[in-house]
Amino acid sequence: MPVPEVRTPVHVEGEVVATKRVGAHRHLTLTAPGVPERFRAGNFVAVSVPGHVARRALWIHRVRASSAFGPTLDVVLEARGAGTSWLAAQPVGARVPITGPLGRAFALPKDAVSCLLVGEGYAAAPLFPLAERLRERGCAVSLVVSAPDESRLLSALEARRAVRSVTVLTADGSVGQRGRVADHVDELLRRADADVVYATGPAEVLRASAAAAERAGAWSQVGLEVSALCGTGLCHGCPLPVVGEDGVDRVVRACTEGPVVRGDRVRWDAL
Amino acid sequence: MSAYVPGPVMVAAGCGGTGRELEPFAGPDGLAGLDFVTRSLTLDPRAGGAGPRLVEVPGGLVNAVGLPNPGLEHFLATELPWLVRAGARVLVSIAGATMGEYADLARRLSRAPGVAGLEVNLGAPDEVGAGLFEVREPYHAASVIAAVRREFPSDRPVLAKLRPDVSRVVEGARSCHEAGATAVVIGNAVPAAFPDGRAGGLSGPAVGPVALRCVAEVHRALPAVPVIACGGVRDLTSARTYLAVGASAVQVGTALLHDPTTVARLRADLAAHHQEDA
Repeated sequence: MPVPEVRTPVHVEGEVVATKRVGAHRHLTLTAPGVPERFRAGNFVAVSVPGHVARRALWIHRVRASSAFGPTLDVVLEARGAGTSWLAAQPVGARVPITGPLGRAFALPKDAVSCLLVGEGYAAAPLFPLAERLRERGCAVSLVVSAPDESRLLSALEARRAVRSVTVLTADGSVGQRGRVADHVDELLRRADADVVYATGPAEVLRASAAAAERAGAWSQVGLEVSALCGTGLCHGCPLPVVGEDGVDRVVRACTEGPVVRGDRVRWDAL
Repeated sequence: MSAYVPGPVMVAAGCGGTGRELEPFAGPDGLAGLDFVTRSLTLDPRAGGAGPRLVEVPGGLVNAVGLPNPGLEHFLATELPWLVRAGARVLVSIAGATMGEYADLARRLSRAPGVAGLEVNLGAPDEVGAGLFEVREPYHAASVIAAVRREFPSDRPVLAKLRPDVSRVVEGARSCHEAGATAVVIGNAVPAAFPDGRAGGLSGPAVGPVALRCVAEVHRALPAVPVIACGGVRDLTSARTYLAVGASAVQVGTALLHDPTTVARLRADLAAHHQEDA
């Protein structure tokens, strides 16, 4: 067992140091003193939005240990409501209260095994730093990025260095193979001969990936979208029905006991 | 010996997690010396409501979390010892389906090492507190307080948490105080609805003026009853507004969900403010 590290989250004032529109997404680079240093792949941050009590949970897409601004982190936004629209509109220099890193990170395999990473839309973000960690361990990484259409596809160009193969899926066939994760994941898993499947995205993508892993006798870890209002475990607003190690049904908090959990532990029908 | 009245800054029930989630944000001393009200505990575990449990509305949140908690046994075995080790002054919020359950909870908690006091949840909005003992009538609320008081040592506080219902709150506060409550906590989430009409409770800055009216009226009518204010407390100004109308302490709840450092900041700000006054 690895020695557990103390990685307590911090609440700091961050600053937008870069903002870039990519298709339907907005990529923000932020300083957040203490957060990049504590980051592990699968962590997220909670961002406060002025005038809103609720906060926005965002996957950390990448951290840089050093830059002209010091350590930074990147998040990928899809403007869906008032909060994400406000964030996406923030110019360079804007100050944003940030809490993080939050949540349980992806567990990494001890051995150099084959891994299939499946991510849909902006939620594929945390798979990129994960791919780098896996490659450092000598794992063969196959990455699948999917989206409804090209504009909502997270570009896999940056990840190519860290992965053995990239598969692009779009529901409308605008780029890559046509179809959804559920249509292709069994075949992709077989081709990658994967021992572990990591998946992030909407529940149906996670469920399909976990089920495919189960059928193939592979492990799966799924990163759930945290809809929490606080992100810190205080509000109990993101119930996640699971089966415990002891076989007993429980409801845990996606933000604190997750967002990454074993796929075979989630009670998908109760979600 | 009479029980102390906690404060001036407390963590409101249901907004501090198990304590562990709040600790990283609680300032240099962590939870040490902080009056920490736990989420409401019931005798048996409660899974809580199905989602969505919370929705954001202008000025606050509507919740129907449903009092999820691991039940008394698990709390006594794991969460309480941790809170005590962290140095928190632990005020356990209790909720029961019957008068007997409240008494049971109080008796068992009176023997648990480290319990500084109790807060009796008498104000959960209907539906949210589904299955709880009906305490809307001040007479019933007072009966619960009396039952709890009988089982709990008189040198430790029993707080009565009432809903901020302007029409009944003075009567409720008087009855509960006469029944032995050390102080009354006003208020709780205000009965409200989700956008689809489902029942819930409104909390956050939006309920501040409602709670303020209740606090002011109770203090005016019953100046001898200590009042702890809860509703929209998020900074020095909102806290001082309550203290100015007679509250002896404030509880921070929903603000912690927006900024988990609120309690640490408010404690420091109030201390600095007192020094200035001195």
